[in-house]
Amino acid sequence: MPTITIDNKKIAFENGMTVMQACELAGVEIPKFCYHEKLSIAGNCRMCLVEMEKGPPKPVASCAMPAGDGMVIKTDSEMVKKARKGVMEFLLINHPLDCPICDQGGECDLQDQALHYGFDKSRYEENKRAVKNKHMGPLVSTIMTRCIHCTRCVRFSTEVAGVDDLGLLGRGESAEITTYLEKTIDSELSGNVIDLCPVGALTSKPYSFKSRPWELSKTETYDVLDGIGSSIRVDTRGKQVLRVLPRINEDINEEWINDKTRFAIDGLSRQRLDKVYIRENDKLNASDWDSALNKIKDEINKRGKDKTITLSGKFTDAETIITSKLFSKGLGSDLYDCRFDNAQIIHGESESYKFNSSIQEVENADAILLVGSNPRWEASVLNTRIRKAFINNSCKIGLIGPELNLNYSYTKISNSLTGLNDILNNNSEFSKDFFNSKNPIIIVGTSAINTSEGTSVIKICAEIAKKLPNFSASFNPLNILNQDISRVGSLELDFKNSDFDGDFEKNLKAQIDKNKPVIFLLGLDEIKPKSLEGSFVIYCGHHGDVNAQHADIILPTPAYTEKSSTFMNIEGRVIQTSRCHNPLGDAKEEWKIFRVLSDLFDCEIKFNNLNDVRKKLVDENKNFLALLEVNNSSKLPFSSKEIIKDQKFSYNIDNFYMNDSISRSSETMANCTNEILKKAKAS
Amino acid sequence: MKHPGMINKVYNISDEIFNWSEDNFKRASEIIKKYPDSRQQSAVIPLLDLAQRQNSGWLSKTTIEKVAETLSMSYIRVLEVATFYSMFNLEPVGENFVQICRTTPCWLRGSDKLVEVAKEVSNIQLGETSNDKKFTIVEVECLGACCNAPMVQINDDYYEDLDEDSFKKILTDLKQSKEITKGSQIGRQTSHPQREKNA
Repeated sequence: MPTITIDNKKIAFENGMTVMQACELAGVEIPKFCYHEKLSIAGNCRMCLVEMEKGPPKPVASCAMPAGDGMVIKTDSEMVKKARKGVMEFLLINHPLDCPICDQGGECDLQDQALHYGFDKSRYEENKRAVKNKHMGPLVSTIMTRCIHCTRCVRFSTEVAGVDDLGLLGRGESAEITTYLEKTIDSELSGNVIDLCPVGALTSKPYSFKSRPWELSKTETYDVLDGIGSSIRVDTRGKQVLRVLPRINEDINEEWINDKTRFAIDGLSRQRLDKVYIRENDKLNASDWDSALNKIKDEINKRGKDKTITLSGKFTDAETIITSKLFSKGLGSDLYDCRFDNAQIIHGESESYKFNSSIQEVENADAILLVGSNPRWEASVLNTRIRKAFINNSCKIGLIGPELNLNYSYTKISNSLTGLNDILNNNSEFSKDFFNSKNPIIIVGTSAINTSEGTSVIKICAEIAKKLPNFSASFNPLNILNQDISRVGSLELDFKNSDFDGDFEKNLKAQIDKNKPVIFLLGLDEIKPKSLEGSFVIYCGHHGDVNAQHADIILPTPAYTEKSSTFMNIEGRVIQTSRCHNPLGDAKEEWKIFRVLSDLFDCEIKFNNLNDVRKKLVDENKNFLALLEVNNSSKLPFSSKEIIKDQKFSYNIDNFYMNDSISRSSETMANCTNEILKKAKAS
Repeated sequence: MKHPGMINKVYNISDEIFNWSEDNFKRASEIIKKYPDSRQQSAVIPLLDLAQRQNSGWLSKTTIEKVAETLSMSYIRVLEVATFYSMFNLEPVGENFVQICRTTPCWLRGSDKLVEVAKEVSNIQLGETSNDKKFTIVEVECLGACCNAPMVQINDDYYEDLDEDSFKKILTDLKQSKEITKGSQIGRQTSHPQREKNA
């Protein structure tokens, strides 16, 4: 291995590394603004200058200089110190002295580095330049005078987000960052430019002037608003969630999160259910836990214990699933299910609902077949990996389904699912490329499998997957892209009933018409209140959304930032969220509710704390044992060559910004809907 | 310094539509062919120049968008190039785009006087366009013809070895759309030493 000497310390490095990376390997920190690991190298801030012996008689930019064998680098020589001071002085020439009113204050790269590498006073007496602020949409607020032109935001939007919206106009002193004609950034990842901005030029609009970083308590947890479970940090003050930031997690979200994850949090303090409500004379009245539990006991006994139905929602955690399932079983009913969107599975086969090839593998693909999936909306962060594959491996992407606005070019195969037949028989233009590529994968969206034909779609996809060259005992190219964090965990815990197969709402209606049962909705708002008519609805949830308003009893529960719970993301990776602050009002965790209810019916639930629940989880399914690990199988025992009948379908997500009870309560998300989606539709 | 090539804005005349003329479309295709496949975007500068010539000396919003569409680039990428180079004007300019050099050699040889002459003939201030759309007058930095100072550039041509009278004549002739002599105004061949005839 080649070696390099950094500050008299000799270290080995890998070929292809830059001097900066080698310095970091040696434990030497190099100050920088424009350099970012996940973006291309620009080399325009000049902060990372180091001295190179036997090199040019001037300092070199370490971020752009490839490390060479035998190089001798100095990072603390007089020349380097002087260069850093000089660069810092230049950067500060036009930077306003408004740190006291700047939202970046306290977590600003420029502030920190000016402290370490800058002069203690200014020698500049001329006027500072001022730049007009630019409109960039409802999420990103701009104070462009603060911009130091590192172009991280431009590179992010072009390279990662795949929207050529941002650019650097002009040059020299008149250089300005802007979007074309100040249009809104049309990306669901736009919030990441706020994190990338090393100064306070791009800041969060909803969070502006809300708080200082040192006032916030920071909790590391996971996102639950989509299926992939991004690593996030939640910053709270008291009982208010003020912001969400991404954490680096190379397996899942790298270091990006989507705008819903980041900005839907104002929904957590709106429309909240913090009291028990009981419907009396067609009106929901505030009540207390005891009367609600007694009423539930009466109703369940009256309507038939073994007829009770339990339905889980988008955010139902594994603890809730296991306790409610045990409770339901204790009542003598196995009418529980989690497939409210009617996505079909093959019973007993975990490969029929998991993202089997793992999220990280997506970026290695050289051909991707999207079946009824809009990854840009269903899993925006995963979509950046598809884009990465598109850029790095010139990945060929085929889409079965109606046209989409994706940020990479794709071949449209067909409008209906019949395109799958052509792929299987290898008689379409795309199928030849697909079968001839080295590392192809299939991504099936829930929109393609939410009809009674769903199982045959999964089977034919499995048949295609088996024919692929990379299908082996260790790699499974078939991926089902679920949109909800609760889904895989619930299915792993067998929270389903084959009585609901085929057509969920119709089967539910049949059950309700027959038995008029008690229905527990575990935060489920995705089915129409009308289809619940005739039953006695107990809504356990945290938002007064669609179904809470029609419920007979409302039991308040904590939202995802208010409890520690376990989920399985689309890959089957177990993630455990942390409690960021105490629940609002009278809210109680679901497992406690069912634990108390079980006493009223003498069912066998003997948990007394969260640890017991989690022990039971692992007893039920060993996959819950190891946190953050994936162990997927690759057998695909359910394939078939059955021909798909012609069937029109549409994507089951029509508004990225508002498709769950939290984001529907969020004002920021409503603004996004108005400003981004409606404009896009109009144009 | 006000200069239509040094602004970061896109200017548009309402209802204006830009389409390549048949001739320019052919030329654009030829230019694009010079670059390797999938590297057509390299043609952005020559195409912007072509568009600017067709669009009477400046680039409007629709012109920039047309160039972007021709090269399958995003609008902002083309605008970045157009704003970077001061040779691309982003505001309407007059028929004669007069750039007066004001850098040291020209200034020592009297460029200030040329500015006064230009203002007087065209009846406008620096950076402005005359009402009859005949002139836009701007000051620029060194145009690289210091041997022939003072000099000005009008559209594509240099006019050198000027003094107040010769410059005034050039401008009045242009105003009346008369032919004018390019290059040195004292009959010098390029920048040969200026000598007495019998010396």
